[in-house]
Amino acid sequence: MEILDHLIQGFAIAFQPLNLGLVIFGCALGLFIGAMPGLGSVNGVAILLPMTFLVPPTGAIIFLAAIYYGAMYGGAISSIMLGIPGASTAVATTFDGRPMALQGLADKALITAATASFVGGTISVILFTLFAPPLAAVALAFGAAEEFALMMLAFATFIGLGGDDIPKTLFSIFIGLVFSAVGLDIISGQPRLIFADIPGFLHGINFLVLAIGIYGIGEMLWTIESSKGDVQISQATVTVRRIIDDLRTFKHTIKATVMGSFLGYFVGILPAAGATPGSLMAYGVAKTISKHPESFGKGNPEGVAAPEAANNAASTGSMLPMLTLGIPGSPTTAILLGGMVIWGLEPGPMLFIEHQEFVWGLIASLYVANVFSLLINVAFIPAFIWVLRLPFTILAPIIFVLCIVGGYAPTQDMHDVWLILIFGVVGYLMRKLEYPLAPAVLAIVLGPLAETSMRQALLISNGSFMVFFERPISGPIMVTAMVLFLLPVFAWMKGKLRSRPAPPGEEQ
Amino acid sequence: MKTLCKTAVVPAVVIVVALVFSGIAVAGWEPKKPVDFIIMAGKGGGADKMARLMQSVIEKHKLASKPFIPINKPGGSGAEALVHLKQKTGDDHTIMVTLNSFYTTPLRQPGLGVDVMTFAPIGRMAEDTFLLWVHKDTGIMNVDDFVKAAKSAGNKWIMAGTGKGQEDQLLTNFLNKAYGLDMKYVPFKGGGRVAKELAGKHANSTVNNPSEQLGFYEAGNTVPLAAFTQDRLPLFANAPTFRELGKDFVYFMQRSVVGAPGMSKEAEEYYRNVFKKVFQTEEWQGYMKKKSLQGEFLTGSDLKAYWKREKDIHETMLKDIGEI
Repeated sequence: MEILDHLIQGFAIAFQPLNLGLVIFGCALGLFIGAMPGLGSVNGVAILLPMTFLVPPTGAIIFLAAIYYGAMYGGAISSIMLGIPGASTAVATTFDGRPMALQGLADKALITAATASFVGGTISVILFTLFAPPLAAVALAFGAAEEFALMMLAFATFIGLGGDDIPKTLFSIFIGLVFSAVGLDIISGQPRLIFADIPGFLHGINFLVLAIGIYGIGEMLWTIESSKGDVQISQATVTVRRIIDDLRTFKHTIKATVMGSFLGYFVGILPAAGATPGSLMAYGVAKTISKHPESFGKGNPEGVAAPEAANNAASTGSMLPMLTLGIPGSPTTAILLGGMVIWGLEPGPMLFIEHQEFVWGLIASLYVANVFSLLINVAFIPAFIWVLRLPFTILAPIIFVLCIVGGYAPTQDMHDVWLILIFGVVGYLMRKLEYPLAPAVLAIVLGPLAETSMRQALLISNGSFMVFFERPISGPIMVTAMVLFLLPVFAWMKGKLRSRPAPPGEEQ
Repeated sequence: MKTLCKTAVVPAVVIVVALVFSGIAVAGWEPKKPVDFIIMAGKGGGADKMARLMQSVIEKHKLASKPFIPINKPGGSGAEALVHLKQKTGDDHTIMVTLNSFYTTPLRQPGLGVDVMTFAPIGRMAEDTFLLWVHKDTGIMNVDDFVKAAKSAGNKWIMAGTGKGQEDQLLTNFLNKAYGLDMKYVPFKGGGRVAKELAGKHANSTVNNPSEQLGFYEAGNTVPLAAFTQDRLPLFANAPTFRELGKDFVYFMQRSVVGAPGMSKEAEEYYRNVFKKVFQTEEWQGYMKKKSLQGEFLTGSDLKAYWKREKDIHETMLKDIGEI
């Protein structure tokens, strides 16, 4: 089998001592970069790009890819431990990871995240190995209409869930959409919703700002209130025995993990999307297919497994359009792409033919990176748990500082820091009023993608909405999305038809 | 005593000579923190790849003491980047890679209050070329075929481009006017994305730069029909120029580096030296050749004169199509 030959060849490259060392070093470094809020894989890879001039091109790209990979594992850590998403890709991990940590199950959440990341990463590399060229064709087949249909599907997975308060969910989505519209209109270049002409709004509201505000600051306010100033110590503990037990219970989350892996991978290969929408969608779908959807958001391990599997799978997935089409599927791959150009490794359809050794060396190193990321991650769990056992009076200022730094770092604009503080207070109030906050974050991530693709598709179709239903790929996706949107209505009707012995107001 | 004189004089001479040759760069200004390297376009496009190449060359040859951090600000046909730079007036640590939206976006949106002539002229690194591209499966092999097909499709013929009122739309309008077509222009984020739209057959044609289409061209997916250049491009020798086809139209895209308005003279000089060195490296020269880039390094008042000329040309072109 030709692919197997290539892969064996690739492993020979990946296992060269230098390359192996670079993978391990890269994974460890990436883990910490990912765990630091605001210092996501994008910044990490950008900062370390020049360091790679010390080694040959293949080793350099392998190193950068390992950082990217490690950061995907690391992003979960601060999401779970501190409730601040370490990177945009780990926002969805916060939803259930943080509640688990508060219940003293931080070790379990971390193990779940690590194993799910491993499965997601491995499944996606296998898919990459076997089907790179046909999947590149799938990525090409996705035009504006398909992209919009996919975004609708993502929204639908969140809104059609049932169990939540639908009007409040809608409110949360719409407020997120309004925020996402702030800034410069992509199609016409006109400024929109620039409040009081404050220049900081011109670059839009970055969703990491919203996420850090709501989850970082908001969470801290919440904890202060609920603990009433008492010095609380987390119940989190960790022993080898507990880790082994946690690994055993992995089978409970296997469904969510596998689903997240495939979903994340396919979303990842689409040029515009990347790992963040992938992980958010995986969370929504995991809740839909779960036996216990009502426990999502309250510390369900499936809610950690699905997005973590998805973001790792998507990070591999987003390398596919980069390598085969020369179009980065995520901001980090865009920087990887820049790195490749300088070494004369021009990404594009010819790369697989002209630089086979490089391509297969990189693919093989992704397998290796997966194994080492898992090992390093698990090895450091006791250290993370120790941090969590610090008294809240010490932890709170640290979280606060990390929130501010994390918000300032990407744009280096104080405007964003003020926004974080405002969002923090508003998020806390919304939480008190029992508004779900995740849909707002989802909307601010997907809103701009959905808007642009919808307007492009409508321009092409002369304003006819049929374009979303007529095309062979976007049609089925769109119909699925519609069905999901209407699911709560069906459920409601079903409940009406059945004469009601059950007390009203019961969760469906 | 004599030896003492010698030992004192020789190093002194060396230092003086070194100072003279290295100019102000050594004695003068150096960045005190990482430099924001703004890219006026989306990721994966021609401007983006080039900026990242420049960054890598700077790092590789250690041409600067602090790292250059690329930041994409593609919003609103470069408006986001221009406004950002304007806000950074007087800042010595913000520079930007520009293209022709440098002229067109402020002309189209006077409300932004951006006057590009106030920006610090650091250096023109190259001029990029444009070609007309179609997908191979259309069977279109020359401009005549193209005109026939586009004419019969009317406004159902989709031309994908990189933003409203930008280079690609100017070229689309030129083609519409010159050949009596009614192609519809649909903007996407970044030239890389535009190239993909053509390869995926979501668009009927594009006017990509060579660097954006090269991968798909080499893989045999897309075909260049004609070039908007003075002479045929060595890389695409089979594609005639529009001049040869009787339409006297030549259009380039600048690939320049500019500094924030009001940047100190010392900083401007520092960046000028850095980018002049980048221009001279083997990597940059090789890249220019490989990607069909043209033009000499231009800086200071020469670059400003060039901007003035180009700005006037664009003003005429935009008025021509009723954008302003």
